Amino acid sequence: MSLSAPNANTDIALWLQQQTDKSLLRFLTCGSVDDGKSTLIGRLLYDSQLILDDQLASLKKESHNRTTGDEGIDFSLLVDGLTAEREQGITIDVAYRFFSTDKRKFIVADTPGHEQYTRNMATGASNADLALVLIDARKGVLTQTRRHSFILSLIGVKHVVLVVNKIDLVDYEQAVFDRIVAEYRAFAAPLGFKTLEAIPVSALRGDNMLAQSPNTPWYGGPALVPYLETIDVSEDRSAQPFRFPVQWVNRPNLDFRGFSGTVASGAIAVGDEVLIASSRKPAVVKRIVTMDGDLDQAIAGRAVTLVLDREVDISRGDVLSWPGETPEYSNQFQARVIWMSEEPAYPGRSYLLKVGAQTISATITDLKFRTNVNTLEQTAATKIDLNEVATVTLATDKPIAFDSYKTNALTGGFILVDRLSNATLGAGTIDFGLRRAQNLTYQAFDVNRDVRAAMKGQSPQIVWFTGLSGSGKSSVANLLERRLTAEGKHLYILDGDNVRHGLNKDLGFTEAARVENIRRVAEVARLMADAGLIVLVSFISPFRNERRLAREIAGDLRFSEVYVDTPIEVCEARDPKGLYKRARAGEIKNFTGIDSPFEAPEHPDLVLHGAQFEVAQLADQLYDWLKL
Amino acid sequence: MTVQSQSLTHLQALEAESIEILREVAASFERPVMMYSIGKDSSVLLHLARKAFYPSKIPFPLLHVNTTWKFREMIAFRDSMAEKYGFDLITHTNPEGLANNVNPFDHGSSRYTDIMKTQALRQALNAGRYDAAIGGARRDEEKSRAKERIFSHRNANHAWDPKNQRPELWKVFNTRLNPGESMRVFPISNWTELDVWTYIYDQGIELPSLYFAKPRPVVERSGTLIMVDDARMPLEPGEAARMEMVRFRTLGCYPLTGAIRSDAADLPSIIMEMQASRTSEREGRLIDSDSVGSMEKKKQEGYF
Repeated sequence: MSLSAPNANTDIALWLQQQTDKSLLRFLTCGSVDDGKSTLIGRLLYDSQLILDDQLASLKKESHNRTTGDEGIDFSLLVDGLTAEREQGITIDVAYRFFSTDKRKFIVADTPGHEQYTRNMATGASNADLALVLIDARKGVLTQTRRHSFILSLIGVKHVVLVVNKIDLVDYEQAVFDRIVAEYRAFAAPLGFKTLEAIPVSALRGDNMLAQSPNTPWYGGPALVPYLETIDVSEDRSAQPFRFPVQWVNRPNLDFRGFSGTVASGAIAVGDEVLIASSRKPAVVKRIVTMDGDLDQAIAGRAVTLVLDREVDISRGDVLSWPGETPEYSNQFQARVIWMSEEPAYPGRSYLLKVGAQTISATITDLKFRTNVNTLEQTAATKIDLNEVATVTLATDKPIAFDSYKTNALTGGFILVDRLSNATLGAGTIDFGLRRAQNLTYQAFDVNRDVRAAMKGQSPQIVWFTGLSGSGKSSVANLLERRLTAEGKHLYILDGDNVRHGLNKDLGFTEAARVENIRRVAEVARLMADAGLIVLVSFISPFRNERRLAREIAGDLRFSEVYVDTPIEVCEARDPKGLYKRARAGEIKNFTGIDSPFEAPEHPDLVLHGAQFEVAQLADQLYDWLKL
Repeated sequence: MTVQSQSLTHLQALEAESIEILREVAASFERPVMMYSIGKDSSVLLHLARKAFYPSKIPFPLLHVNTTWKFREMIAFRDSMAEKYGFDLITHTNPEGLANNVNPFDHGSSRYTDIMKTQALRQALNAGRYDAAIGGARRDEEKSRAKERIFSHRNANHAWDPKNQRPELWKVFNTRLNPGESMRVFPISNWTELDVWTYIYDQGIELPSLYFAKPRPVVERSGTLIMVDDARMPLEPGEAARMEMVRFRTLGCYPLTGAIRSDAADLPSIIMEMQASRTSEREGRLIDSDSVGSMEKKKQEGYF
């Protein structure tokens, strides 16, 4: 392999033409930690003479105390770019490297081996045509080898080269190589790779890198670089059905309205009829506009601006296709999801889904199964943890246009984004759409209190405040609600104000009416908790029997009786609503503490001393005690 | 219609990818801005932006952080481009740095860069409340850049967290931000230096003449050729600028940008010379060589 440099005698135009005509191969390296990925890429760059003098000098400086090849260089230092990576001697994030030979240009994604960085490996795989799966000949097929291979198949990388590295360290034994290759082929058979080539190499020493090595006379296949230079990975995207996701509406003035985007697949010509996925309305392509002049035709990969022959409603996210070959258009589909966040994915949670230029709310409505990445076994699951792959049903708020990922990666691959942090939580590939009429159900799992609670990430319960008027119940409840809401919890406060005027406005203040009042409030609290809420009930509720009734109605829900114990003198001095004054004046009858008793709880779950602490302190005490 | 089997050339594919990224920025952010450093990568970026939105004008302003120590020709070139293509040009200089006469000679390259470039950039981005800043960095330039996403998230302090980058699959870019956060976007991430030059050649993109060899007044400082671009350059006793046939591989602040001796006076000669050269492009930039990992550190602090 030699760097393709022009010399003084070369005609520059001819040379530039050769550069332009070269095809491009995007590949990634993956495999387990210490399999030598970075070393292999470093070797490729070194052999292609892309390591420049100043880089080589600083490289030799950094190569002390490291495993080096004959050249005295630790090649991995060429690619481990982050300080943390060099310190820990591992690769954290995908690094992109560029080199070229006389025959091809290459973009290499060097991806991390550590399991915790699997999402970065998926990032590298998503734009690759081919993968080098590295195996340490001494260790054979490892968990991470299998994990990466499975993700390659999920992401749809179709060509794999099994690089059995460090073959020098097993004395160039054919039996070792054969055993590893047989084991890997057996594992990879169901993964559906189009090509799978196995090559024994030593990246450090250069065996079978550029040419067949004399150390492996038993190996009759190609060396790595010649293989990469010649393998055909082309997919004729232009021959597929036409897809044009509209990215940006181009409106410089009232006389021009165009739709800018990249032809995802197929081709479009002036005069072609297109159909708009969302409205099913047809239009004819009038112009294909670029700054270099209008085109007659645009093939897959071209970024253009289409002008149509009529006024049609099209906005960002719409997909144009030919009338006979439309994308699927649905609000439900089955997909495979790889989860990339520490916080697991749960059915019922709402995420933002982005596919093409469309961003929309989406919910996992059914978690069908999880695939064990080591055995490819499918197991039942209630959530998807970091680095796990699961097959799910997703429902979106509105119908979207898409294709199955197998037929079109650009209209079938999506990401899931957290609604609050905006972090990318996962990525997915669409298997197929589900028809609305027959499948729009959320009954694939039993919707119960646990499911609703999990959706809200909290444990539903009732906190029942009791205490005199003016004791501070509502103030404490309000502060607690504010604090927990800020933490993302879902609460609701039931108190006299929001119940007496509506639900219970038919009730007076007789003894029977007071019991009925509490019964209704307790029932409502139970329903709300069953719906997944944390319910704060702030009622004087002076009678033990009523409070016992409320606890019984709550059933198996957590029910905390919180007694806000504030002496009546203090309450009366506060008198926030002027009620004590009116009661003393005889304007209100049956007022608790004046002419009606308050039965203090005998065994409250928590006592808050309203005269000794500020409201904020009381709220803190309750917060600490509840441990939500 | 029948479609013949065909595919884009390497450069056409790179161009289309960059245009798609630029359009995604315009469609997804409230207040995008494009960094314009007047160099060859910026010139390619400007050309791509014009193509991406044609026949509309570029729908965001271009921002030039002026350290006041740029080559004089760069400023003239910048203004002529703004006039010719009618884009909205914003310039910013750190006012405190200007008041204190911060310069590379008295304050050292690292403090000078921090005040006049990194801090100035942050000031300008904060003042404009820009939520996306488009830059011309490429992954083949430097090791930490090789690891950076195309849509690279920055926290409210403009800092990059290299250990916690968002996964970036296919061309599905997560453009969402929380208040105060911003995005740096690098549309030519996947281009190499050779790609940039061949594209400039192929498209006939205008460049400042500093890229082309001609006799220029230079002095030699620790093995680096520095052009004496104006009278502010302090000369050592007995030192005098001499005319040499030189050109620049990158453009920046003239006291910090090393020239190379060269006869390459046109694009083909530059490309041929570059192909035969044995030093990397950033070597001429004095600010990168302070320490291993220095670029990563600068980026964490908010340097582009």
